[in-house]
Amino acid sequence: MQISYFTERPYRGLDEDEILKNKAYFAVPNALFDREQAANDYNYYLDEYCYAEELGFDAVALNEHHGNPFCMGSVMNVEASILARITNKVRIVLIGNPLPVLKHPLRMAEELAEIDLISRGRLVTGWVRGAGSEQFFNNANPAYNREMFNEAHDFIVQAWTKPGPWRYEGKHFHYRHVNPWALPYQKPHPPMWIPGVLSPETARWCAEHRYPYLGLGTALGPTCDLWDFYADEAARHGYQAGPENFGYLIPTFLAETEEKAREIGKNFVFGGGQNAFSRPEHTLPPGYNSKGAIRMLAKHPGGSWLGVSPEKLRAQSDEGRPDTTDFDTVRQKLLKGYGKAQKNLQLLIGTPESVLPKARTLLRVLRPSIFVFFNIQGPVGDEDRKTSMRLIAQELTPQLREYAKEIDLVDPFERAPGSVAYRNGVTRDPVVDREPLAALGMAG
Amino acid sequence: MANWTEQKAHIAEAELTLIKGGAGKPLFMLHDELGFPGWVKWNDALAAEHAFVIPLQPGFGKTPRLGWVRSFRDLAGLYSMAVREMGLDPVDVIAFSAGGFIAAEMVAADPKIFNHLILVGPMGLKPEKGEIWDIFPVTIRTHLRRTVADPGTAEFGSIYGGEMTPEQFEAFEDARAESARIGWEPYMHNPSLPYLLRGVKNVPTLLIRGAEDQIVPAGCVAAYAKAIDGARAVEIANVGHRPEIENSAEFVKIVQDFLAS
Repeated sequence: MQISYFTERPYRGLDEDEILKNKAYFAVPNALFDREQAANDYNYYLDEYCYAEELGFDAVALNEHHGNPFCMGSVMNVEASILARITNKVRIVLIGNPLPVLKHPLRMAEELAEIDLISRGRLVTGWVRGAGSEQFFNNANPAYNREMFNEAHDFIVQAWTKPGPWRYEGKHFHYRHVNPWALPYQKPHPPMWIPGVLSPETARWCAEHRYPYLGLGTALGPTCDLWDFYADEAARHGYQAGPENFGYLIPTFLAETEEKAREIGKNFVFGGGQNAFSRPEHTLPPGYNSKGAIRMLAKHPGGSWLGVSPEKLRAQSDEGRPDTTDFDTVRQKLLKGYGKAQKNLQLLIGTPESVLPKARTLLRVLRPSIFVFFNIQGPVGDEDRKTSMRLIAQELTPQLREYAKEIDLVDPFERAPGSVAYRNGVTRDPVVDREPLAALGMAG
Repeated sequence: MANWTEQKAHIAEAELTLIKGGAGKPLFMLHDELGFPGWVKWNDALAAEHAFVIPLQPGFGKTPRLGWVRSFRDLAGLYSMAVREMGLDPVDVIAFSAGGFIAAEMVAADPKIFNHLILVGPMGLKPEKGEIWDIFPVTIRTHLRRTVADPGTAEFGSIYGGEMTPEQFEAFEDARAESARIGWEPYMHNPSLPYLLRGVKNVPTLLIRGAEDQIVPAGCVAAYAKAIDGARAVEIANVGHRPEIENSAEFVKIVQDFLAS
């Protein structure tokens, strides 16, 4: 079992009303940026990752977003480089570099090789397509997003493994002289874990490449469905998927008392939380989504996908009309969502005692061997953040490790993903346990 | 209003879907970045003397997407082949918005391909002043609303009014995706196009723009007027990016007069 620590590194100096007024984090004007606040936050978060190492987490995880106070990691490899030097034993997990948005896979191969070398082989690298808003921010053509993702990935693996120099003429990338001098410390290259929000295309791609898939706080029922889909794809590729193929990231906040945890935990919906990452028109750039995904959005009027429902799309068309948003009403609505997310086990809030059975349920149902704790969002002070980390590490994690051992959650370092052969004609082993879902009202 | 048919033509390995209707001298029509809005009043008004040939853009639903088409210039090359293979050249052309961009690329490459060139609210050139409004970071509803000065226009309502069906939503998303694929960067223009347009001589050219157009600024039309020798610009008052439906009577008259010239 790999227990990892993650934070979005939120910018902590922004008035919530500014986010509500903008109806999203993305596109909040940077006139509101304060350099002292940002300098403090960046330095604090690096210290916090060191504290995670001290507390015994197996890994620290970073991500990257652009032009967005929701996440300060606009160039994740910079932070990863620093952590490579100032930490000693934690794995550095990148979830992940947005390949189509960054548009320069050779440079990416070099940057990551340096991080792996400086850390002496502690890098776990992951890739993402980049959020919809990042296509706009980086002027990356959304209609080529998936193609560029695939091509950049294939190129990087080659750049790390195929002796140079050689020439590359692809569809989206062209290099005259591929011969990076710095190659990764790990051979043939660092492991890759792929985060996602339930796109079947990504899960299929992961299964094909035998890469673990990490669900990012996704709803339990659909996550089970996706795990099954991955496992079926894995069987088609000749192997039996197991816990080593799956990871799960869960927003978690612990405190000494239930009351304090519940009160501070509300910051997970600060400004609208994850669902307010960007407005619908920025979330769904043209061509970014598969035909299947667009068809699903078009045909399910009540459905919501990536936090964008047809209702939200309709509401967006009210552009230009006077804004009559009452922020208190919005906050009340957000708090309802906060309660619902806890009930659905998409947020763990409480004391170690109250959260333990819920975390055990997640492990039992999803059987992930990579479990990532995502620390609180919003303007929460250093001490409260650290208290939660300490309680997770010292009071929750030891019991979860025991339970993981008991239910055989073998991680990717203990058993290579894709190394268990699947025999044709034999029913594949289950990868999830749906039994507890009925009691949670999530069956069916 | 049913004097049109949908046909297929095999052009350059593409199964091109064409709308054909009317009678008389062929009129090649290039629709805008949202797709063919349907056969409406102005088509009917011109159909008595003009035989419309309207290719439905690859990737917009009816004609399959062509991976090798990666720019408006590539698409113009395909359409030029289509015009030649159908034996239409030289042909009169009327082209709207991004369709205007395609027609401009066609005439820049081969000035002899068109008899008359009509560009309506054309994209394709960097405006001398202002910007082509960014259609991509908005939803389709916002985009549609912005194409007209008056959303109460009856024909706008009959084309786009009511609840959007899943099929319409999908068709719009197809069109937006394909427009992004070939027009994302530089955004809906080609920096080399004005230079090539300077080689276009003796092609009667009419530039039409709605005075209240919120998609394509006047600076775009000004850039075309400067680039194409002898081009004439006409502005229709009180209408937006769709003068053909917001004031179809005046639009049709301007077009008829020009084509008869």
